[in-house]
Amino acid sequence: MHKVIIPVGPQHPALKEPENFMITLSGEKILKFSARLGYNHRGIEKACEERTYIQDVYLTERICGICSHSHSTCFVQAVEEIAALEVPKRALYIRTLVAELERVHSHLLWLGVAGHEVGFDTLLMYTWRDREVVMDILAMLTGNRVNYGINTIGGVRRDITPEQSKEVAKATNTLEERTKYYIQIATKETTLIKRLSGVGVLSHDDAIRLGAVGPTARASSVDRDVRRDDPYAAYGELKFKVITDNHNDVYGRTLVRMGELMESYSMIRQLLKNMPEGPIAVKAPRKIPAGEAVSRYEAPRGEDVHYVKSNGSEKPERVKVRAPTLANIQTVAKMLEDRQLADLPIVIAAIDPCFSCTDRLTVIKEAGVRKNKVMSWEDLHDYSIGWYRERGIDFAGLNKKLTRMLK
Amino acid sequence: MTEENIKDALIKKFSLPEGKVRIQRKRRMSAEVDRLKFKDVFEYAITELKFVILCTITGLDEGSNLSFIYHLSTEDGIVLNLKISVPKENPAIKTIIGYFPAADIYEREVMDLLGAKVEGLPPGNRYPLMDEWPKDAYPLRKDWKQNKTKEQEAKNA
Repeated sequence: MHKVIIPVGPQHPALKEPENFMITLSGEKILKFSARLGYNHRGIEKACEERTYIQDVYLTERICGICSHSHSTCFVQAVEEIAALEVPKRALYIRTLVAELERVHSHLLWLGVAGHEVGFDTLLMYTWRDREVVMDILAMLTGNRVNYGINTIGGVRRDITPEQSKEVAKATNTLEERTKYYIQIATKETTLIKRLSGVGVLSHDDAIRLGAVGPTARASSVDRDVRRDDPYAAYGELKFKVITDNHNDVYGRTLVRMGELMESYSMIRQLLKNMPEGPIAVKAPRKIPAGEAVSRYEAPRGEDVHYVKSNGSEKPERVKVRAPTLANIQTVAKMLEDRQLADLPIVIAAIDPCFSCTDRLTVIKEAGVRKNKVMSWEDLHDYSIGWYRERGIDFAGLNKKLTRMLK
Repeated sequence: MTEENIKDALIKKFSLPEGKVRIQRKRRMSAEVDRLKFKDVFEYAITELKFVILCTITGLDEGSNLSFIYHLSTEDGIVLNLKISVPKENPAIKTIIGYFPAADIYEREVMDLLGAKVEGLPPGNRYPLMDEWPKDAYPLRKDWKQNKTKEQEAKNA
């Protein structure tokens, strides 16, 4: 049959991030898949060399909008190792707590995206609604929904109060109950099972050969997890299972992520229960002595690697980052070989490539007013209505109708 | 295998000088080898010492040399940072895609950002710079400076 090459991206209405995929088709069958990356290269490694260590904590946090804590933790760990800082235990526990909460939000987000990609949008609506529970918890603990800014060199910036601890425990119960329901859907709902099974197959050998990481690798029975194999932060003191699966397909990747959610809840409870007392940070020097360190971190998408080299000044000599998606994107070509074009969106989504996530407007600075003002949900609602009214769109009638309906 | 065993094995097998193989801390080791010995050491590390995971490749600009660190790991979390240096005038290294097919993208990265010449790498898409990027401009080299537009300079002034 006649061959057709379809370009997808870098600018494409259905693609959330700029990447380019060239798909060679024969009819509906994919003959070849090739990816051209780099459209989002922002030169962060170079920028890190031109900034101080403390600025770099915030810069590395902005590498990714979803696993922002992964990158900042990975970076500060390397710097702390070079500077031989003894990070207080409480700080490590708080870091790990935020890390696991981040995993929960990321996996729930993924489940929603996966649901959407296979036309199961109810699942998207449900999971993203539940994800708000963990987003609120993260906002409560750190002040931000994304880019938490909790890490600093030598510890964390915010302590956790007993009240907050109770809120986290409460939210964990809610989330666990919801996750059990999703596990039930994933294991009982025939349409979902049939749509995901046998799609995006990556054999165990291929997963190892192509260097897959994270849930993508673990769903092909690759029993690797940095949290267990190379423990950092508080993971050495936690009891948890590394979830693997032998389905080798998108269905397996779904089960692995669901299983990891349940493990995360258990870890969050252990962290809250055993949280040691004490300081949350040690003072870090402005100038970091010469040295080098490699730091590894199990991000929601897989192993994140940072290499930092210092030269004794206040700016690093070199910062190198390997995000998990770079390792996983290379498996996609294998997963799509001889498969149907219609499987492309879910197969790409199943490695959970990093999509950016935006912040909300909550704190505003009014001109001439010194104090910051926090907008409540109602303020935000009124503000949006006002914004549209100024532009000639009036929701007043619709609003009344809505209020009546809600009553 | 412990870090000490690995260190001894490397020193003994390749008669490396004592200071070139170091244990930085638990599960972190580094070794510097001559570029001519690299292939043998690399192969030995993978097959005999079981460094079966390639984390990534880091490129460094060290003045008159370019250095490349191959971050390898065992299944139980020991990381070996295997470093080689090549002269900047001819920064040629051999591809490792025969051992790790996934190294392809890491090698293309050091080609684009540091100007490494990777021998044996088949032609393919570059990464991560754009196709129109000027030749001989390698952003991660220390002497590379961003050409700022007039607006940017005015903003910074």
